[in-house]
Amino acid sequence: MPDGRHVVAHVDEIPPGSRKIVEVAGRSIGVFNVDGTFHALRNRCPHQGGPLCEGFLMSSLRSRGPGHYDHRPGETLVRCPWHGWEFDLRTGQSWFDPERTRVRSYRVSVENAGEPVPGPYVAENAGEPVPGPYVAERYGVTVEDSYVVVDLGR
Amino acid sequence: MAERASGAVIDCDIHNAPASEAALHAYLPASWRERRAATARLDAVWESQRETLGDRSYLGSEYPRATPRAARTDAWPPNGGPPASNLPFLREQLLDRYGVEYGVLTPMLGAGEQLDHESGAALATAINEWQIAEWLDPEPRLRASINVAYEDADLAAAEIHRVADDGRFAQVLLLIRTAEPLGRRKYWRLYEAALEHDLPVGIHFGGWGRGPITSAGYGSFYIEDTVGMATAFQEQVTSMVCEGIFQRFPELKIVLIEGGIAWLAPLMWRLDRAWKQLRAEIPHVDRLPSEIIREHFWVTTQPIEEPPRRQDWPALLEQIGMNDRIMFATDYPHWDFDAPDRALPSFVDADVRQAIMSENARALYRFDA
Amino acid sequence: MTEPLIDCEVQAVVQSIETLEPFLSSHWREVIATTQFKGPTDTPYPPALPTSRRPGLDDVDDRPPGATLASIRTQALDPLGTELGILTCAYGVESVRNPDAAAAIASAINDWLAADFLEPEARLRASISVPAQPAMAAEEIARVGADPRFVQVYLPVRSALPYGNRVWLPLLDAAVEHDLPLALHFGGSPGLPPTASGWPTYYVEEYADMATAFQSQLTSLIAEGAFDRFPGLRVVLAGSGFAWLPAWTWRFDKVWRGLRREVPWNTRSPSETVRDQVRVTLQPVDGPADPAALLTVIEQLGSDELLMFSSDFPRGHAEEGLDALPAGMPPDLRRAILSGNARAFYPRLGAGADG
Repeated sequence: MPDGRHVVAHVDEIPPGSRKIVEVAGRSIGVFNVDGTFHALRNRCPHQGGPLCEGFLMSSLRSRGPGHYDHRPGETLVRCPWHGWEFDLRTGQSWFDPERTRVRSYRVSVENAGEPVPGPYVAENAGEPVPGPYVAERYGVTVEDSYVVVDLGR
Repeated sequence: MAERASGAVIDCDIHNAPASEAALHAYLPASWRERRAATARLDAVWESQRETLGDRSYLGSEYPRATPRAARTDAWPPNGGPPASNLPFLREQLLDRYGVEYGVLTPMLGAGEQLDHESGAALATAINEWQIAEWLDPEPRLRASINVAYEDADLAAAEIHRVADDGRFAQVLLLIRTAEPLGRRKYWRLYEAALEHDLPVGIHFGGWGRGPITSAGYGSFYIEDTVGMATAFQEQVTSMVCEGIFQRFPELKIVLIEGGIAWLAPLMWRLDRAWKQLRAEIPHVDRLPSEIIREHFWVTTQPIEEPPRRQDWPALLEQIGMNDRIMFATDYPHWDFDAPDRALPSFVDADVRQAIMSENARALYRFDA
Repeated sequence: MTEPLIDCEVQAVVQSIETLEPFLSSHWREVIATTQFKGPTDTPYPPALPTSRRPGLDDVDDRPPGATLASIRTQALDPLGTELGILTCAYGVESVRNPDAAAAIASAINDWLAADFLEPEARLRASISVPAQPAMAAEEIARVGADPRFVQVYLPVRSALPYGNRVWLPLLDAAVEHDLPLALHFGGSPGLPPTASGWPTYYVEEYADMATAFQSQLTSLIAEGAFDRFPGLRVVLAGSGFAWLPAWTWRFDKVWRGLRREVPWNTRSPSETVRDQVRVTLQPVDGPADPAALLTVIEQLGSDELLMFSSDFPRGHAEEGLDALPAGMPPDLRRAILSGNARAFYPRLGAGADG
């Protein structure tokens, strides 16, 4: 197994709409399947260490003004079960934003049957929302020969 | 994964809950069980109270709250029942995980908010008996709070006298929003009764004040209600100080639970200034309010404020000047739970940290009775 | 006195409804004469208390301090060398339930201020009193708002619904349209108890409890998105004190991080919103007595732009005038508090000696 890359599950164990909390190299990591795309975040909220990946999945909610609710089911956040801080599954960035230290994020690639195939990369700055001060650690996820592989990165 | 703090931990605010209404009904006096079953109105009131866990007024003020039952979404026991209804799961998630030496139960099940005070008194009895049977007896680390129908001081006193000999009751429990300000005469007999048993009076976030939480009407959002509870704490401390209950009851100890702590410092400054100018109106208050507060009040940490700058923290503790009175609490299972290993900043002086995390509570409550 | 000084609160005191009668219609004068209607009698300042009337202030022309221009000139403006003073009038219009009577009284206050104070005294500016009915309040703002000597809208901090509630939109709209800050002021008699737990026994409690009204109103305005709906909305807290602000801010900021979904229209944290669009008058200073400790509190506010000097004349405080500023204050901050912050915040004061 290449350094930093770990098989965490067979792809059938994490069907779309589900998640699995795994222990990888001493870290608790939540692996999510959202409509066929995998995401992985450190299962530890940067606020008080709560089990972030056990929280509700929420759709992004924007607003142009009081009384207006722009609910976007295609964009998913995970909401910490403790104090409700929301993190973008795609980037690990928090929704609210004073300027603080960022937690390192990781690139994602998808591989099939052992052959590397360039896959969707997650931009390090994913436009809206503006990156928040607390960024949950995010790990690279691939599907390799029907297995889900988490890349802990450099 | 254990996150034990390096020193002792005493948790001064745990909200245990019954698994169902039937579980509490079993502890009601028999005559009251029959009456509740026969009266739909009482059941409807009861159901509404149950749904809101005592955190809300139930008249004219409903909001979607942050989470189901305002609880951490990971606190629902795997075998069923609402958060904090299952002792083994509570041990696992809280007592064992964090190495909690003692935990003080503060069930908020609406006993004091019933408009029918006698119904509230029966409910209080049931809550206290349930605490004994299902929490205190099986778990030696737990202590309980005496629930009472606090809007009727005679009924409240009777319940205090009934159970206070059980030394595992650490305090009498009220909610911070009451029908009248808590310094007023109607509550004096309750304080008297608590003192007869040398019990502190714990006053907790929540309650129904018979009107809006603000002096400018009802807010529209839950966020206003939860931020606004700090105003209720400020006003009640003001009332208790200005009505002179600590001159009347020099041994009285008050624990303010789940209000946070930072507002105490500006309140003390404000009251001191007001007293210096207006003390002719309250001649019975014979010294600075800040002295009275530092002598008679304890306060739990949660929801602990998070000042933006590192230097704000020691400044805040110095401004409050109550390092011997601040007591750690988790507020388990609520969503704004403070974790024992993370809530206090790491740079707080070790002696102060240990005082807050356990020793202040140990000095106040009778844990070894 | 050479330091430029803007006094953001000088209170004009309505001694009785008779003061306003010259500015009421014949109809309302007849009502008063035949019913002995006294107007609003609830007052946040019981007249004889040392917090209501500074000890040592004499009557002027047999009238109490604040009731006449002579008093305000000789007792408020001259002693401090004030360049500009903003008048407020804490006459309880909101407790008058007849909307037309309320509107008439509010108009009378504004006409009285203009005629008896603004016209003869170039150093003075004023606040627009309005009835508590939002649409009627908007009308009064429109009636008076063109007069550049009125620099803000006066609102009692205790109201029947918090000012962020959407029922108040016509009022906010009118104020913003005329570039007039809202001044939330100590007091208010909306018929609701002053606390979350009913009516306190003593006035000293109400005096102290007023801080919670300011907290609640700020919470409402921010939660309801008023500052985002109206980027030009400015709010002044008058007579509020300021030492409670850091603790309130820390609490609200923390809660907002987890509950922002409930109020998704907020683009800024509460503390940022306050720094951007809220200012606070100096008196009554509510911080610790020790000057160094008070400076710490001021520093914890997180912005040098928040505080604006006020005398709160004729009310009484632990220190008065310039003595209310703690020793050791950095000169830049002192200048900002004495006049710079008011100049920057009030659109109608502008830059320059006469606004």
